[in-house]
Amino acid sequence: MMPAAATTPRPQGGIQVRLTAILLGYGALAAAVCVLAPLVGSTHISLARAFDRSIPFADNVDAQIFFVARMPRVLSGAVVGATLATAGVVMQALLRNPLATPFTLGVSAGAALGAILVITFGATVTIGVLSPVPVASLAGALLAAAIVYALATRPGRTMSTAVLLLAGVTLNSFFSALILFVQYMADFTQTYRTVRWLMGDLDVGSFEPIVASLPLVLLAFAMFAVLPRSLNLLSVGADTASTRGVDVARTQRLAFLSSSLATSAAVSLAGPIGFVGIVVPHLVRLMVGVDHRLVLPASALFGAAFLVGCDLVARTVLAPVEVPVGVVTALLGGPFFLWLLVRKS
Amino acid sequence: MLRADAVSFGYGDSGFLLSDASVDITPGSLTGLLGPNGCGKTTLLKLLCGVLRPRTGRVTLGERPLAAMTRRELARHIAVVPQETHPAFEYSVTEMVMMGRHPHLGVFQLEGPADFEAAHEALDATGTAHLAARNYMTLSGGEKQRVIIASALAQATEILLLDEPTASLDLGYQLEVAGLLARLNRDRKVTMVLATHDLNLAASLCDRLVVMREGLVLAQGPTSDVLTGAMVRRLYDVDADVQFHQRAGHLTVVPVGRST
Repeated sequence: MMPAAATTPRPQGGIQVRLTAILLGYGALAAAVCVLAPLVGSTHISLARAFDRSIPFADNVDAQIFFVARMPRVLSGAVVGATLATAGVVMQALLRNPLATPFTLGVSAGAALGAILVITFGATVTIGVLSPVPVASLAGALLAAAIVYALATRPGRTMSTAVLLLAGVTLNSFFSALILFVQYMADFTQTYRTVRWLMGDLDVGSFEPIVASLPLVLLAFAMFAVLPRSLNLLSVGADTASTRGVDVARTQRLAFLSSSLATSAAVSLAGPIGFVGIVVPHLVRLMVGVDHRLVLPASALFGAAFLVGCDLVARTVLAPVEVPVGVVTALLGGPFFLWLLVRKS
Repeated sequence: MLRADAVSFGYGDSGFLLSDASVDITPGSLTGLLGPNGCGKTTLLKLLCGVLRPRTGRVTLGERPLAAMTRRELARHIAVVPQETHPAFEYSVTEMVMMGRHPHLGVFQLEGPADFEAAHEALDATGTAHLAARNYMTLSGGEKQRVIIASALAQATEILLLDEPTASLDLGYQLEVAGLLARLNRDRKVTMVLATHDLNLAASLCDRLVVMREGLVLAQGPTSDVLTGAMVRRLYDVDADVQFHQRAGHLTVVPVGRST
């Protein structure tokens, strides 16, 4: 029954080559989208003129529109897209569930509750350049993550993915009920602001909110960087991972903390933009396979390009009216995902 | 020498699943772990590979307690083949086998020529090299089990623990996997512990047996001494004829009926 080994193909090396190709290819795509996106808008500008250093910045209208008016929004899209996509990959591996998203464990509901409390009751807490809503949403997100973490971990024991999921889903429902309660007490204007926040918005106005989110984002990505091979094994099964040399309890905690921090930072920056965290990882898997050493960097770069691209459509397709970017991510990402799925099968 | 010394284990306050079990696994041996459902075979295997920590007693490899070793270190000595493996994503056979190299690689290290050579050898040894590019999920039960054995072999350990590796396989694949294990034990000197319900598989493969019931080790020793009609009755409440089969070249067990 066993075929002769001499006639069979050998597994080839090449993870280095594939990783390099992905970093270069997807990196070029993300960079191109980030450079080209600010050129599009109600006022036409020239890329050459925007980068023309012979013209003083104060006199260079194209450079001002490019760098001051449009680039912050593009960069926030890139940061949020990369962060949510990568957090989605990690959450799906941690929970061994391809349908998991960065929002599955209640982080976005916690963020929403924080934001809505501030919008409704008008608290004025700030941290540095951050205004009250991002501060409150970050606090809510971190609180939700801390509650789920405390419920699902026991000293020296591995996390129960069933407990994680149940705790996250329950917390989502609990926070959603609190959000409805707060909305019930809000007036029309506050409710409108709440609904707009829940739709997500990448128009952060300046570079400062992005810079303020970077410490959390960078910390999360530093944790992501050590995870990929362990995530491969974790997604095969906790016992198998353990017997292949993975410290399962440590890997699970690192995965949970990193994806929660990343999601908290992204949601506090731009609100809960849906679909990126589930569709981008699956799109990337259809293109590069399922090895997390390739999926994680490819998702970060493709997620950045995807969300910036979606936001470009959101602000131009019905200009001067802007469509919520979360609507565009689902409307564009869904059919594209289905097309890839059909093509692959 | 892998040794469990008076180990007991239970979850929470639910009592012991395994009590005061002492087992010696000598280098190069192929030990069968027999007993009815729920007798503690899988628990003992998990204690022997360090996935579970005993509540009392200790497990040692050589002179070192497993509790003093890191997971990576342990995984360079002991590999495990579970009964079934269900990945959440569609890994290729090569990717599944290369995962066996995890304990030999640094955090940021990518596989090198030595790792690919180990994977080649494991695929060849298990007759799965022709499946290398296939999606693991699309394989038959027998192919999947051989790929998982290949992944464990790529781990390049001196000890292999197998939890009912032939349970979901048809007769042909059972014999195929049994032959593979016998060759690996004979040619590569891999020490093996095999938990199984298949008494004839154990009789054909194992030079030693450990028999368990209700969390207790009832007996251990050479297969010919331990595998008797009386022991089968004691383990399973079944009357059985246990005889040496000339053509097969080993003991065979023919169940006759429930003992009264």
